[in-house]
Amino acid sequence: MLPAAPLHSRIDVLASLREALLAFVLALVVFGPVSGLMLSGYKVEPHWLRPLLLAAVVAAGRFAIHLLGQTPAGRRMVARNQARVHGGVTVAALGQSPNRARLLLVFVLLGAFVIPFLPWLPVPDALAALGGKYWLSNLILALIYVLLGLGLNIVVGLAGLLDLGFVAFYAVGAYFLALGAQYLGIGFWTALVCAPLLAACCGAVLGFPVLRMHGDYLAIVTLGFGEIIRLVLNNWLEFTGGPNGAPVPPPTLFGLEFTRTARQGGTPIHEFLGIEYNTNLKLVFTYLVLLVVVILMVRLLTRLRQIPMGRAWEALREDEIACRSLGINHVVVKLTAFMMGAMTGGLAGVFFATYQGFVNPTSFTFFESALILAIVVLGGLGSTVGVIIAALVLTLLPELLREFADFRVLAFGLLMVLMMIWRPRGLIRPQRPAFAPPQEVAR
Amino acid sequence: MKPSSLLEVRGLTMRFGGIVANNDVSFDVADGSITALIGPNGAGKTTVFNCLTGFYRASGGTIHLATAAGAPVEVGSLLDKPFIGGSYLVARAGIARTFQNIRLFREMSVVENLLVAQHQRLDRNVLAGALGTRKFRQTERDGLARAFHWLEVMGLTADANRLAGELPYGRQRRLEIARAMCTGPRLVCLDEPAAGLNPRETHELSELIRTLRSEHRVTVLLIEHDMSLVMGISEHIVVLDHGEVIAAGNPETIRSSPAVIAAYLGAEEAEVEGGEGTR
Repeated sequence: MLPAAPLHSRIDVLASLREALLAFVLALVVFGPVSGLMLSGYKVEPHWLRPLLLAAVVAAGRFAIHLLGQTPAGRRMVARNQARVHGGVTVAALGQSPNRARLLLVFVLLGAFVIPFLPWLPVPDALAALGGKYWLSNLILALIYVLLGLGLNIVVGLAGLLDLGFVAFYAVGAYFLALGAQYLGIGFWTALVCAPLLAACCGAVLGFPVLRMHGDYLAIVTLGFGEIIRLVLNNWLEFTGGPNGAPVPPPTLFGLEFTRTARQGGTPIHEFLGIEYNTNLKLVFTYLVLLVVVILMVRLLTRLRQIPMGRAWEALREDEIACRSLGINHVVVKLTAFMMGAMTGGLAGVFFATYQGFVNPTSFTFFESALILAIVVLGGLGSTVGVIIAALVLTLLPELLREFADFRVLAFGLLMVLMMIWRPRGLIRPQRPAFAPPQEVAR
Repeated sequence: MKPSSLLEVRGLTMRFGGIVANNDVSFDVADGSITALIGPNGAGKTTVFNCLTGFYRASGGTIHLATAAGAPVEVGSLLDKPFIGGSYLVARAGIARTFQNIRLFREMSVVENLLVAQHQRLDRNVLAGALGTRKFRQTERDGLARAFHWLEVMGLTADANRLAGELPYGRQRRLEIARAMCTGPRLVCLDEPAAGLNPRETHELSELIRTLRSEHRVTVLLIEHDMSLVMGISEHIVVLDHGEVIAAGNPETIRSSPAVIAAYLGAEEAEVEGGEGTR
């Protein structure tokens, strides 16, 4: 939209006015029917002043931006922004000292582990609230989304397979714990080991016929799969409980329970430790286990990018035909990516079920899939740190801005548009590892 | 199969619906030779390549590749294996290729491109990789050494840690050859390796192809339009026109073959007075 910088630095007001007029007309077209017509009973009442006012605001904004874009400072900003947009992936510098990053990591981890114990520590009330029930629940949910984001990041970010039904594996994990407890009497720990395996199997079953397809077709089939799982859960009343959902037993730790009185034949942990009962105990436990799992997953993911399988995933995203010409079985490689992603989704499902104490199909709608995909795209396809930040931001920010809950989806859209302008590759630019030549020259 | 040949193509036919791209193509590639496949645009050279490397399933005919183990493999049968069949098996059998329009992993570094090519040779066990076992580290080190060895052969050592997509065109071509060589092939198929190169780069390329054969014991089959390159380095030339082999032999025979000259200059055979066919 902005003119290529002319040599003379005269400000073209007329051009700005033209742009503003165009914006005014467009805004009128958009806002006209939306806010200009109001349904009252069976009649439609016109309120033409409102769209006119809105369009005027938009036009004024466009005029101001266009004028500012013509000043030398504005022009510099545009140029800088454009350079950033076009510079995509970079290769890490060899021998870069990661000490500062490591120090930061240690601090973040320490902080994360201390949070649930804040109410017991001598800290200001505002800080202690962070470890309270409200924020701890939010943090658990945020970490669950981190896990989901990491899982989908394998499929979409690394292997380049657009999966719109990722929530299906999340549901498989959650329902495995709920129904397993109901019919087989399994507990949290059994589910933590078995649910990812089951989800991975589901991934393989879905993936095998589907992965011969490309791009859009794959997206549609996965979208369908996600819906199928949800509809089965919703309609198989006698097995899953249908829309009424299924209860999930609280977690235990070596026979210690986190409820006031023992319900599963163990000892309540507050009696065992000789402390006062606190409703937070279950949350603290869930949070800590979840944190450990997330850390292990992040560790695994960073390793994955440096081992042959992870490299094959990324190569497949870059060029499938070239991969085949190098003797890489593309179907198997895609399948492993799909299974790894599904596994992580299943893992997240177990935590979600434990955290809620109850599951029903409304938690696993397409909107969840879209949200997870948004986390991956915002974070930067393929970037682990970016995905973690995006997951935390997208789940914690709505909590911070509770008063503006009505505008949540609007803000979401705005954020997406701004990201596409300023950071089309996501928050964190992907970086390739650098390699030093090996010392001994071998063949 | 003759003991001296590495690849034996017999009666290769490729039809796309009603269009016959290749009709009854037969030729041999001798072990350790440099063989060229030439012909005017649209003659079906790349189709032959795609059949050889398993990207197309030929409609008819056979392609046999001699293996170190003894019994030759038929490329088509690798593709037809139920469930696991596919062109990747052809690559594993020992045929590597480059592409006419370069297909590098553009957003990966140069070294990573070469490491991906060694997928079959590296330790692919996820657990071993996650834990970083000794065997894993050893194979990874070997892979890195092999990658840097090929970078040195191709004169790309300085570019090791750049993105493949940001290399200049000529170096991308060389990187693609290095990547093909990293799979440890017996036969490497180069699809127009000199396209877009300047005369100096083309000269370097012909030296490089000779080195591949003489020092790295690999058989080369190439498609090329640059006649000086083809005539200079190849021992055996197969000429295709309209999907059929119209001539085959050493450069001298091809240069003086009236059929070839007619195909290239589009002239009646009677009007041809000899001379070298260019594009």
